[in-house]
Amino acid sequence: MSRLVLALFALVVFGMIRLPVEQRLFQQHQQERLRGVEFNLDLRDQLGQLGFIAALSGFRAAVADVFFIQAHVAWENTEWGRVLLLFRQVTTLQPRAILFWDSAAWHMAWNASVAAMRDPTQPRQALRVKAQREYFALGKDFLERGIKNNPDKPQLYEALGRLYKDKYNDHARASKYYAKAAVLPGAMSYVKRFAAYELSYCEGREREAYQRLHELYEMGKNERLPTLITRLKFLENKLGIPPEQRIPDEDPLKR
Amino acid sequence: MTSSRHRAFSPARLVAITTNTLTELTRLKVFYFLLIFALLLIGSSIFMARVTFQQEFQILKDVSLGAMSIFTSLLAIVATARLIPQDIDDRTIYTILAKPVPRFEYVIGKLAGVLLLLAISTLVMSAMFLAVIYSREQTLLHDTMRQMTGAPREQVDDALGAIRASAFNIDIFPGIVVIYLKACLLAALTLFVSTFATTNIFTVVVMVFIYFIGHLQATARQYWLQEHAATWTTRLFLALIALIFPDLQTFNLVDDIVAGAVIPLGIFTKTAVLGAFYTTIYTLLAAFVFYGKEL
Repeated sequence: MSRLVLALFALVVFGMIRLPVEQRLFQQHQQERLRGVEFNLDLRDQLGQLGFIAALSGFRAAVADVFFIQAHVAWENTEWGRVLLLFRQVTTLQPRAILFWDSAAWHMAWNASVAAMRDPTQPRQALRVKAQREYFALGKDFLERGIKNNPDKPQLYEALGRLYKDKYNDHARASKYYAKAAVLPGAMSYVKRFAAYELSYCEGREREAYQRLHELYEMGKNERLPTLITRLKFLENKLGIPPEQRIPDEDPLKR
Repeated sequence: MTSSRHRAFSPARLVAITTNTLTELTRLKVFYFLLIFALLLIGSSIFMARVTFQQEFQILKDVSLGAMSIFTSLLAIVATARLIPQDIDDRTIYTILAKPVPRFEYVIGKLAGVLLLLAISTLVMSAMFLAVIYSREQTLLHDTMRQMTGAPREQVDDALGAIRASAFNIDIFPGIVVIYLKACLLAALTLFVSTFATTNIFTVVVMVFIYFIGHLQATARQYWLQEHAATWTTRLFLALIALIFPDLQTFNLVDDIVAGAVIPLGIFTKTAVLGAFYTTIYTLLAAFVFYGKEL
């Protein structure tokens, strides 16, 4: 018995030795955005008892997958409230998985918003538009929180840029997020171009857009795509660029 | 007549105890059941959610690595919990300790047997997991090449590159090593608990509680170190949890690895050293308590 007491005492002493080491490692994990999930009562309420226990036992990623599959089934049944709830759980459990943030935003801003606009049970268009805008906002919220958790991944900036372009018609913000995506490692080759395209639609920023599009044009044949030529031609006309400075290509729209 | 001198520590004796323990454990049906269930789960992950290839690989990796983590932990607890009580029941412990075998050698040999078993199980599960990933990757590459016949070379390369990037990630290996280290830690801790436990069931139940508390230890530690408004009884309780229980969340790196996070070498090394340190301390404590055990 006395040996057991001594062993427990040694365990506490060992705990004191390892405490600063564990604490430093914990801080390093947080700096690297690992262990992004805090196990507290909020999470317990979100996941339910069984999900919480499973997540606690080191099955966090697998629990997130189960919820993701359930969300997919809910989407097939067009149960939008359930899709939202399940994606909140999924993204809470796996905040580092880009795929989950992207899917959540896509379901909200692209699928649920369209379903809300075509809702046959809601005769008032004003309310349908209101519901649609709420779903846009939910999609935006997913992407913004996803970016907060993964600031170094270009995919979510690209998705947010796309959302501003397609759903809000906000070209300035779309351009800003495409440009942010373009400077990150692993960015898709088209985002830099898209940032310039979106800027070309912004009133008062035509000169800046023209310079950026021209830079891309100068980069060679691979960048001289029909949309780029069209936007450059549009800006040349709008800015009154002298003929000798204009690009020699024919406007694809006038072919 | 020549008499050989008795040595306080003999690697040959240790190897004999280790191999015997391993042989004994591999004859257990529970080991095969656990392994078969793990392999079935890893194998069946290939049939789960086929929405897009990225989602499919993410789910495949999550389920497989989750299965590896839970089964190695279970195996570590179940296999170790029965070692000492079984030897006492079978009376083999008396035969061993009646010979000039120091008790610490017995404890270390027993644990080494379990660690070897865990290493073999982890290797088998990893091989199955890699085979499943490889087979699914090849199928998808083949399908994509067939679907993209006639597409520009650049687009085909992009599509194939995306599949390869989603399928295999070199960071999975440190993740598997950390799963193994967590199982080693649990085995050593189970051995420590079993040195003062009276029954096998008691050890398993205590270890299940430790397993859950260990996953919450970091939360308790943070609250203890940062929350000054709590009463002194709460703080004392949290301090005891933080000091006595291991932080098992530190070893759950695979969840983030599967999500695409890169684990820096420094963090991996520190985690590995911490795991080895935990295992050593718990083994020494087990040997210490076992020395005082009346047999």
